[in-house]
Amino acid sequence: MLLPESASTYGPKVDQLFWIILWITGFFFFVVQGCLLLFVLKYRNRPGQKAAYVHGNNWVEIVWTVIPALILLALTIASQKVWAEIRYPKYAPLASFQVEILAEQFAWNIRYPGPDGQFGTADDISTINQMHLPVGMPVQINIRSKDVIHSFFVPEFRVKQDAVPGLPTRVWVEATRPGQFEIRCAELCGLGHYRMRGLVTTEPIADFQAWLTETKANE
Amino acid sequence: MYPVLLFKEEMMKRGLKFGCLSVMVLALVAAGNRPQEAAAAGGTVISGSVSVTGNVPAPAKIKMAADPACAQAHPDAVMAQDIVASGGKLRWVLVYVKEGLTGSFPAPAEPVVINQTGCMYEPHVFGIQVGQKLEIVNSDSTLHNINCQANTNKKFNIAQPVKGMKTTKTFDQPELGVPFKCNVHPWMSARAGVFSHPFFAVTDASGAFSIKGLPAGTYTIEAWQEKLGAQSQKVTVADGETKEISFSFAAK
Amino acid sequence: MSKIFSTDHKVIGIQFLITSLLFMVFGGGLAMLVRWQLGWPGHALPFMERIAPSGMPGGVMLPEYYNMLFTMHGSVMIFFGIIPLLSGAFGNYLIPLKVGAPDMAFPRLNALSYWMFPPAAAIVLSGFFLEGGAAAAGWTAYPPLSGLKETMGIGQTMWTAGILVLGFSNIFGAVNYITTIINHRAPGMTFHRLPISIWALFTTAVLTLLATPVLASALILLLLDRTIGTSFFLPAGLIVDGTTLAHAGGQVLLWQHLFWFYSHPAVYIMILPAMGFVSDILPTFSRKPIFGYHAIAYSAVAIGAVGFLVWAHHMFQAGMNPMLGTSFMIATMVVAVPTGVKIFSWLGTLWRGSIRLKTPMLHALGFISMFLIGGLTGIFLASTPVDMYMHDTYFVVGHLHYVLFGGSLFGAFAGITFWYPKMFGRMLNDRLGKVHFWLTFVLFNAVMFPMFVLGLGGMPRRIYDYTQYAGLVHFTGLNRMMSLAAFTLMTSQFLFAFNFFWSMFRGKKAGDNPWEATTLEWTVPSPPPHGNFAGPVTVHCGPYEYSVPGAKRDWTMQTEKSQGKAH
Repeated sequence: MLLPESASTYGPKVDQLFWIILWITGFFFFVVQGCLLLFVLKYRNRPGQKAAYVHGNNWVEIVWTVIPALILLALTIASQKVWAEIRYPKYAPLASFQVEILAEQFAWNIRYPGPDGQFGTADDISTINQMHLPVGMPVQINIRSKDVIHSFFVPEFRVKQDAVPGLPTRVWVEATRPGQFEIRCAELCGLGHYRMRGLVTTEPIADFQAWLTETKANE
Repeated sequence: MYPVLLFKEEMMKRGLKFGCLSVMVLALVAAGNRPQEAAAAGGTVISGSVSVTGNVPAPAKIKMAADPACAQAHPDAVMAQDIVASGGKLRWVLVYVKEGLTGSFPAPAEPVVINQTGCMYEPHVFGIQVGQKLEIVNSDSTLHNINCQANTNKKFNIAQPVKGMKTTKTFDQPELGVPFKCNVHPWMSARAGVFSHPFFAVTDASGAFSIKGLPAGTYTIEAWQEKLGAQSQKVTVADGETKEISFSFAAK
Repeated sequence: MSKIFSTDHKVIGIQFLITSLLFMVFGGGLAMLVRWQLGWPGHALPFMERIAPSGMPGGVMLPEYYNMLFTMHGSVMIFFGIIPLLSGAFGNYLIPLKVGAPDMAFPRLNALSYWMFPPAAAIVLSGFFLEGGAAAAGWTAYPPLSGLKETMGIGQTMWTAGILVLGFSNIFGAVNYITTIINHRAPGMTFHRLPISIWALFTTAVLTLLATPVLASALILLLLDRTIGTSFFLPAGLIVDGTTLAHAGGQVLLWQHLFWFYSHPAVYIMILPAMGFVSDILPTFSRKPIFGYHAIAYSAVAIGAVGFLVWAHHMFQAGMNPMLGTSFMIATMVVAVPTGVKIFSWLGTLWRGSIRLKTPMLHALGFISMFLIGGLTGIFLASTPVDMYMHDTYFVVGHLHYVLFGGSLFGAFAGITFWYPKMFGRMLNDRLGKVHFWLTFVLFNAVMFPMFVLGLGGMPRRIYDYTQYAGLVHFTGLNRMMSLAAFTLMTSQFLFAFNFFWSMFRGKKAGDNPWEATTLEWTVPSPPPHGNFAGPVTVHCGPYEYSVPGAKRDWTMQTEKSQGKAH
């Protein structure tokens, strides 16, 4: 299994693109490497092997320009479809929940708005490096940074977004299965960059609510 | 004839006694000029306690869950240490001589050790002399970086990724309240007082402190708490005297 | 004295060659330390304590030192290795010879361009000896990490200043190359009779001239942010170690746009010359004209031109408007087309040839094989959703090493082994050369191919200790194998170094044209005298007239009239 098992709704779509590209590039890889090997062996210099005085062939050149161009065009269209779905705000699903990440050297400050739905009020729930998400509901993750660029990366969600100081960013995720997944910082941020590790727990909505309540009580 | 001889012997005996006495007095005076000897001779103790009045806010709970290695070390809740009070007594207050000392005090060879254990600094507040070695130890199986945001002294920020790693640093300027933090575990905090002399102490859980061995004299003693500020008072001690003083901070 | 500060393009070319090869050895050494940490995280390497007491106390590497190592590895390899080697050494050595000129248009500017190179490197490397160590923000130096005194020490300032000096050296070189190629071609050397390597070096020079000033601007702004308190890249509200900084008004992404506007064309600066060498070497060792001369020539120009339009594919996840992701994805997919044309044209050149497998040819074939992987893996990264997963993982590290090592470095080896006889008048030992090639080829793949596996497994790049992530611990064995392969790969370069220096004195004497090639440099003695050509040169045919039917021998020099298509 080359890729970790997806845990988000758009994960499989990203993976599908990956496999399509792997098939296409794999095909050309074997064809070209094969030709290289074949030609070097078949046309190696030996007595009587004379080279052909050929400068080119217009038709062949047109074909091997147009066909790759068409393939790449198809890949672009297929990729754009998935990209728009994940990234374009007008296609983002209506989020059931909001969560905010404030990244700093070297920890993820996670904050939930609490029952009043507003960030920055007394009922906010804060953790360090611990994020919980409900399964089956789209969540909007607002990302900010306090000091330098960090990047929020959860491999199983197939999500990555830089946390940029002075530039709030956001992603949406809908988890498809319960589990525990690592948050890895994906932008060099200093000596603790390798250790900026968080944990996302995805769970049924009731457990998620219970966790919020419990975390608030323990504050 | 005999009385003259007797007189001479008497004079010799007296001369001998006088000579011995002089030597002893001279020796004592000479000895008195060495500071250590004066301290032993002085034997002063300034001790007391630091208390707090008013409503001390409840300390925040530390989010040890942020790092599994930290959470494992603490089955019970751990509280922040910015104001630690119990029974009206303040812990982690730095008490030190601010004014009144003369002479120089070479740094001891023994290092001060600050240990990162269970994702907390031990001790939370400490005093150290200019030029004395500070040994920073990581006793946890997780990354700590010792980030010293000193003002008068040089800042440093060093990672200790492996358990058992030791880093040694010294300060070359006196400075009060030098902050230490760890970026990986944002709640970790320690404060240091760097002094050019060895006359300082940190209050224990019952708010008690004791500064021994000051030469007789008049001194300004200051108590500093990282959130509640500093308070000072003048104290005069004579040789061999024990003085009790107390400080009281008002919680804000 | 005048020998050292010579204005002869051949001397300057060799100066660039030796200096850049030495820096590549140093850059390789840094990589060995990186691979040590990746193979045995946290283990002590005792002898390093004496060399780097604050970076590796007790021989155990600290994370901040690891960050310095990969930063300087990338910076040294790119700015003091590949660019001066491909553009500085070969551009200088080959251009006047291959266009039929006695020297460069501006010989003294040329010497200046070289003599700015070692000082620039010294400034960058001085960081290792300064408080806080060398630059450690990656070769990409993104602010705020790189732009704040609070987060990076004086080593980062030196890095910024040194690269700035090197940029000027590159610009001066580019001015020379463009002027010489346009104005100093021998009579009869039309643009369509230029060897492909000259098309490549010409495009490279245009890219250098247009893109490097943008990098220079970015570096100057970064320098000001670091030293006099400006806020070009620093927004308001930054809180570092509990202190709110006074900066305000800057844009973090501005640096990335300015940096990548140069650095993407820079990767073409690093690959086009290598492609050019391969395009000269393949016909020579296939005894066949290049297949599709016009396509290969103009695809270099196309790559250069489109290469200016793709920079923000390095910023897909950086926080830009996603519509920019769309537009830059389109441009990036477009640039793959002329690249593919080259690969197919090279295959066409081999087809029905009479292939002589000498060392330069092996390296050229290795280039095609490895660059293919690098180029194909770029397609994954061009697809914005797939890039969302792959960005800043080892997939990118694998991709970049396949194009820069598999591509540029094998291309450089091809160029060095091919033109060594002309430069030094002696042949390199071919058998030793082949052993070096095979060892390098196999071991290179052993180190770099697994990186794609690591990236797909979600291993981020620039990570001091990946075992901190439960999901990556199972990669320990693979990383260890890669490190062992890397140590062996580095060691086997000794064969090349030995061959290089030993052959200078004991190699078989080379004649004017040991490879039986056609272009102008092979019409003069090895090495050529000052002024290159004994008398006026006139060009009568194209650069790859091999196996012309009816000709006396199977190659026709450009100075001779060809009985075939004369171009």
